[in-house]
Amino acid sequence: MIVLRRSLLFLPGNNPGMLQNGGVFGADGVILDLEDAVAPTQKDAARLLVTQALQTVDYENVEKIVRVNPLDTFGTVDIPVIVACQPDALLIPKVESADDVLAVVKLIEKSEKIPDSVKIIALLETPKGIAEAYSIAKAHPRLVALALGAEDYTAGLGSKRTKEGGEIYSARMQVINSAAAAGIQSIDTPFTDANDPVGLMADTELAKSLGFKGKLSINPRQIDVIHSVFNPTATDIEWATRVVAAIEKAKAEGSGVVSMNGKMIDAPIVSRAETILLLAERLGLVRREVR
Amino acid sequence: MRNSIGREVPESARGYGKIDSFKGAFATPPDMKRYAPKVKTILPSDNKLFDCLEAVFKAIPVTDGMTLGFHHHLRNGDGVVNQVLAVAAKLGLKNLTVALSSVFPVHEPLIDYVKQGVVSHLDTNYLSGPVARAVSEGLFPNPVVMRTHGGRARAIECGQLHIDVAFVAAPAADEYGNVNGVCGPAACGSLGYAMPDGEYADIVVAVTDHLEPYPLSPVSISQTRVDYVVKIESIGDPKGIVSGTTKVTKDPVALKIAESAAKVIEALDFIKDGFSFQTGAGGASLAAAAFVKQMMEDKGVKGSFALGGITGFMVKMLEEGLFQKIIDVQGFDLEAVHSIATNPNHLEISAGGYASSFNKGCAVNKLDVVILGATEIDTDFNVNVVTGSDGVIMGGSGGHSDAAAGAKVTIIVANLVRGRLPIIVDKVLTVTTPGETIDVLVTERGLAVNPCRSDLKEILVAKGLPVKEIGELKAKAEQIAGIPKKITTNDKIVALVEYRDGTIIDVVRKVEG
Repeated sequence: MIVLRRSLLFLPGNNPGMLQNGGVFGADGVILDLEDAVAPTQKDAARLLVTQALQTVDYENVEKIVRVNPLDTFGTVDIPVIVACQPDALLIPKVESADDVLAVVKLIEKSEKIPDSVKIIALLETPKGIAEAYSIAKAHPRLVALALGAEDYTAGLGSKRTKEGGEIYSARMQVINSAAAAGIQSIDTPFTDANDPVGLMADTELAKSLGFKGKLSINPRQIDVIHSVFNPTATDIEWATRVVAAIEKAKAEGSGVVSMNGKMIDAPIVSRAETILLLAERLGLVRREVR
Repeated sequence: MRNSIGREVPESARGYGKIDSFKGAFATPPDMKRYAPKVKTILPSDNKLFDCLEAVFKAIPVTDGMTLGFHHHLRNGDGVVNQVLAVAAKLGLKNLTVALSSVFPVHEPLIDYVKQGVVSHLDTNYLSGPVARAVSEGLFPNPVVMRTHGGRARAIECGQLHIDVAFVAAPAADEYGNVNGVCGPAACGSLGYAMPDGEYADIVVAVTDHLEPYPLSPVSISQTRVDYVVKIESIGDPKGIVSGTTKVTKDPVALKIAESAAKVIEALDFIKDGFSFQTGAGGASLAAAAFVKQMMEDKGVKGSFALGGITGFMVKMLEEGLFQKIIDVQGFDLEAVHSIATNPNHLEISAGGYASSFNKGCAVNKLDVVILGATEIDTDFNVNVVTGSDGVIMGGSGGHSDAAAGAKVTIIVANLVRGRLPIIVDKVLTVTTPGETIDVLVTERGLAVNPCRSDLKEILVAKGLPVKEIGELKAKAEQIAGIPKKITTNDKIVALVEYRDGTIIDVVRKVEG
């Protein structure tokens, strides 16, 4: 079963109100953040709060992800404590090599209660991380997605971050392609202006068109816009339904070649159509007859 | 005796008389004639204008035991109540009843006047600040009467609340007693809550700090009803008049609730031409209005009217053509004041016209949807907006019960857990608004529909909204916050909660400890 990661919402790890209510905004996943949202002097307090949240707050079907600190700061302290509380995944910042992933895996294995239960999402946010994207993507089976952190990345490049995002085009494609090659998901960098829904919409549409499967989010108000882009549109669903109908018709007629509107339907098209319908069903956008 | 929703109410109460117990939102029809004040005359040469309150007290004269009426349009900036009571105290008056439509923190001096015996009784629709706490602690010898905004108008019109002298704080007046709320330094907009007092009090005194040459226009309360005009230095502080809660919230949970409420309205197919709407000025209610506005714009809908307490946000919707009219009983900010003064489609309405159930039709009856808040709601959908989680009075119905009864659909918006306490309980401490007039509860973790509105529930479920049983939401809240300790009260009744039809829906008892 595909885990939907259209939207992953950051919740500051030192904000009890947000940790308690983070599950109500409809995001596919929440990221309980111990890194950038928390000042160095408050790391221990936030760690304690996040462990409590993981054990007591009912996030229902929302994926529980914790962004720990990098291994060279507080990460080695964070990971054993957090993993013991059984999050669904860890978001590892500033991953720059396959070895970084393997080091995290080692730490997870030491404290994990249910074997292989805690997944990893690698946040690539340095030029080196982007350069190593593919080797990171295939470093370990626990890795389920690559995410792009464009703010740190452009700082590393020395380029100015813009809303249009020309400066991160190549990094986006690198992340998308590496993830696809390794058979995992790619998640786009957050859109940092929470008061610009129009800009968010354009940026998310661009991300989807390039191949991202989801987007990080820094504000609950962004979730609906992000989903509206990643959800299949009525046109998508209508097209996918016609594709599936054409296949079934061909099957019934015993024909090996399937075509629709004079165009041949090959395996990738079938797969795309089926993914759209599956997603539409999961999101309650269509109801398919049980066959 | 127990009323129809199981609340224990006394047969009678000191200072109030025989109690008629609540029987249902529309179960008690009126059986009386309208009260009629005395017919009067004055000579063309007579002068109404005084330059000090004391002189008016002596001219009337105000005597022991009288009921003095006041409105709350100047809210926490009001200077009139305190100045009038200071004169009463100076003149050694005793046992006065203060009939003030809402009490604010600025009215703290009232506590001392009660202790001195100047004031012995309070009749109001809403209490906040130190007076509210003092009432809960048993300040008054007799129970305070808490009414709804429509109920106060009804009580005055039906002669149940007889006002001997109404001191009408008048942002603008002329020397012959015409009054409005739109001019002068303390302009507050609509004078809707003062209109029943102006119409029915035995003596009407306009208290102003801004005299305009005769004839003043527009006129909210007319010279034909005003006995005296007193010019004083200041009737209040304009800074306190503007309500602090007129900005759309940025709190993500409140926004989520607001958006869900708007989705309920849309799912019930109200977002179409002719839509009418009321919402409070609180952050979440106003945010719901913002989402509704967006839906109306997206669909190109022209609504009919917005009602109630009016903010700049509603004014903007009027100006953009999203509503044809605003019906304004009270303005919350300067935009509302400016609009009612200049826009012919922004109408002033009296408290009775707004919400009294004993006339031939009040404006709340024409509402499609109202969005209201709650401090507590129980599994029978009864709502408390009178007492807080500590059992102490911190509000009152105001227009809550009126709008809930009138609107086709009443939506309560509330955080499921607030201040670490579940919002849903088995029995609310104080019933303000009966569950039969509440249709949908919207929280950040789903909505609940009153079982007597299965028609609405069916639609909302079919439209894919997260409808749950109210018991389910209550369990969820308790899972997060635990079950709160019961508040202990003693037998002393500190306030009677009167429903809009004049029956007693509940009482507030003194808090233990």
